[in-house]
Amino acid sequence: MAGDSIVAAGGSNKPALALHVPEPKYRPGDTADFSHIDIGEAGSLPRPDEASAPADMADFAYSLVRVLGDDDQAHGAWDPKLTPETMRTMLFNMALVRAFDERMFRGQRQGKTSFYMKCTGEEATSVAAGMALASDDMVFPSYRQQGILIARGYPLVDMINQIYSNKADKLKGRQLPIMYSARDYNFFSISGNLATQLPQAVGWSMASAIKGDTRIAATWVGEGSTAEGDFHSACTFATVYNAPVILNVVNNQWAISSFSGFAGAERTTFAARALGYGMAGLRVDGNDALAVFAAQQWAANRARSNAGPTLIEYFTYRAEGHSTSDDPSGYRSAHEQNEWPLGDPITRLKDHLIAIGEWDEGRQTAMDEDCAARVKAATKEAEKNGILGHGLHHPFRTMFEDVFEELPWHLKEQAEQATREREIKWPDAHPKDGAGK
Amino acid sequence: MSDTRAKVAPAIVGESAERRLNMIDAINDALDIMLDRDPDVIVMGEDVGYFGGVFRATAGLQEKHGKTRVFDTPISECGIIGVAVGMGAYGLRPVPEIQFADYIYPGLDQLVSEAARLRYRSAGEFIAPMTVRSPFGGGIFGGQTHSQSPEAMFTHVAGLKTVIPATPYDAKGLLIAAIEDNDPVIFFEPKRIYNGPFTGYYDKPVEPWKKHQDSVVPEGYYRIPLGKARHVTQGDALTVLAYGTMVHVAQAVCENKGIKADILDLRTLVPLDIEAIEASVEKTGRCLIVHEATRTSGFGAELSALVTERCFYHLEAPVERVTGFDTPYPHSLEWAYFPGPVRIGEAIDKIMSE
Repeated sequence: MAGDSIVAAGGSNKPALALHVPEPKYRPGDTADFSHIDIGEAGSLPRPDEASAPADMADFAYSLVRVLGDDDQAHGAWDPKLTPETMRTMLFNMALVRAFDERMFRGQRQGKTSFYMKCTGEEATSVAAGMALASDDMVFPSYRQQGILIARGYPLVDMINQIYSNKADKLKGRQLPIMYSARDYNFFSISGNLATQLPQAVGWSMASAIKGDTRIAATWVGEGSTAEGDFHSACTFATVYNAPVILNVVNNQWAISSFSGFAGAERTTFAARALGYGMAGLRVDGNDALAVFAAQQWAANRARSNAGPTLIEYFTYRAEGHSTSDDPSGYRSAHEQNEWPLGDPITRLKDHLIAIGEWDEGRQTAMDEDCAARVKAATKEAEKNGILGHGLHHPFRTMFEDVFEELPWHLKEQAEQATREREIKWPDAHPKDGAGK
Repeated sequence: MSDTRAKVAPAIVGESAERRLNMIDAINDALDIMLDRDPDVIVMGEDVGYFGGVFRATAGLQEKHGKTRVFDTPISECGIIGVAVGMGAYGLRPVPEIQFADYIYPGLDQLVSEAARLRYRSAGEFIAPMTVRSPFGGGIFGGQTHSQSPEAMFTHVAGLKTVIPATPYDAKGLLIAAIEDNDPVIFFEPKRIYNGPFTGYYDKPVEPWKKHQDSVVPEGYYRIPLGKARHVTQGDALTVLAYGTMVHVAQAVCENKGIKADILDLRTLVPLDIEAIEASVEKTGRCLIVHEATRTSGFGAELSALVTERCFYHLEAPVERVTGFDTPYPHSLEWAYFPGPVRIGEAIDKIMSE
């Protein structure tokens, strides 16, 4: 064919171009070995001044801030020197998140809801980071930051009501499970569209600065979603306006089945994205709760003093599937989780507290039992309000409310249609079940 | 250094000694008033700050209201709309400008998936009370990237309001109402009639707004409620549904043909003034829909369906649509594309012959 021979026929000695398609190191059945990952030494990095110029601290985008060492002690300038009481609270919050995830995952398998997402192995990136912020700082989470809500004391029963889309669901059964919204807890409505919360967080923090307020904003995104344009818009606006905002990138290595290489991890770190914008960048051991706290606190102090935004990469590992709809055994090695060089965040903080004589295995066991009991009690309480698909939990007219502040004529007409259909589809539903007009 | 910023044009005093403004100055007046009245209003967009906007709609506002109330933004429509959502969540009432409607698409996800649904998905915990101003429509030799009319895309999205003024008086009153509205509003400004009520006869000189009755723009605050159409002319021969530039084009054609038409300027596409449409079509029994946007799945299709569904037994003739062609907006051939007097006249003849 003439077309095939155009290049070769020219007699060119130019090499044929080759497309690189990234491939993770390990696939199902492979033995994982992470010895190529340089995690550095806990306590080895200095802690730069919070007002440092980004260019003067560029190394922090390529190294790893770590506090907890293999000896279970806290090391170096980044040690936030938290009281044992605060560390026990942190440990409890993480354990409660894990217990909650376990039970909600099981509930989905039992058919109580349609969908759930665990954050196993990543608890520190939301709990410890959340605890480093003030309670009135505004957070714009992605879908895997349930740890912030729990750290802020949001009632478990309200989380479960939302997950079940039951009659006590504050979001009226409109949102996919775990897409919480909690204005009273300064927790922004979770979208589910990826990375959209980043420019929104920047905008909120710009508004706070416009008003001369003192509150800052923080937002979370997965490493995979940093490929979205929204991420780059957010970085641009954050630096252009020196916005008091923290952009947290949770690098858990996997975006459903796509490894971090598809977001650029083969070439550089995610923290290094900050440098091109002239933003402070920190790369942090995401499974080290003390390092996570210290980094978030550093960035919060920086933002609060008008010294600028920070991009923090939390280097961690998604220990379980993306969601209840995902089976990671189909695309990655089951050995990865055990071989992950940075361990488990709950185990590491527990071992630290034990090492400094502030905790013991007996108290840990009792705490785990307490967490499981709290979740069980909240689940039972929530189930009194119904589970997904059992009963018509919300009056049909609520489906049409909040599209606009006021109901326009076309939605009034459609609401009447829905109510008429109810008589045909569910003639036995009684208004007291919540199925009234 | 000399100050090169253009000042807001002084009001033109017409024969009646009433204040007459073109559409740009009416919009500027509305923004100025809202910046004064509500400390939560902020205006932002590409070139809107020091320079005052490429169409001068924000001229003088930064100087008067300060750099943190009126400011330039990066060239990032995604970012502009995205930060406006966050500002709304904080409690501000942002009025972002997208320099041309043709450039709104990078911000589409933030409008369609975020601003439009925020009240709903959060059950009212958070709202996005923003007004996105954007010049739209063609007839200015803008080529495919400065001429589009994408209003139908936004009317298709649950949770967005779409407003299009056709006169300076309406532009001010509708913009104030849009800014005060607690829902996200797409406010498309027909740039062809910024400086005068273009009637579609592109080879004739354009008349300035000062000769038009609706260029009388009172000082101070007033609002025109969203969702209420305006009767441009009263008549029994046929109903014309139009908005923006096409209101003036359709009116000129009807006058030239000596047709007593009931012309409705819809002003707001969502929410739509269905009562005014029904009352008019029931009176005339004939309906012509005119828009500049492309035809297929244009807003005219929705209007045609509504009129047919709701007024079928009053109709004496099939509903007709006059629209732009289903092509990109061509540069040198824009007057071949534009749904001008010939296309409208032909449609009127067809409707009236039934």
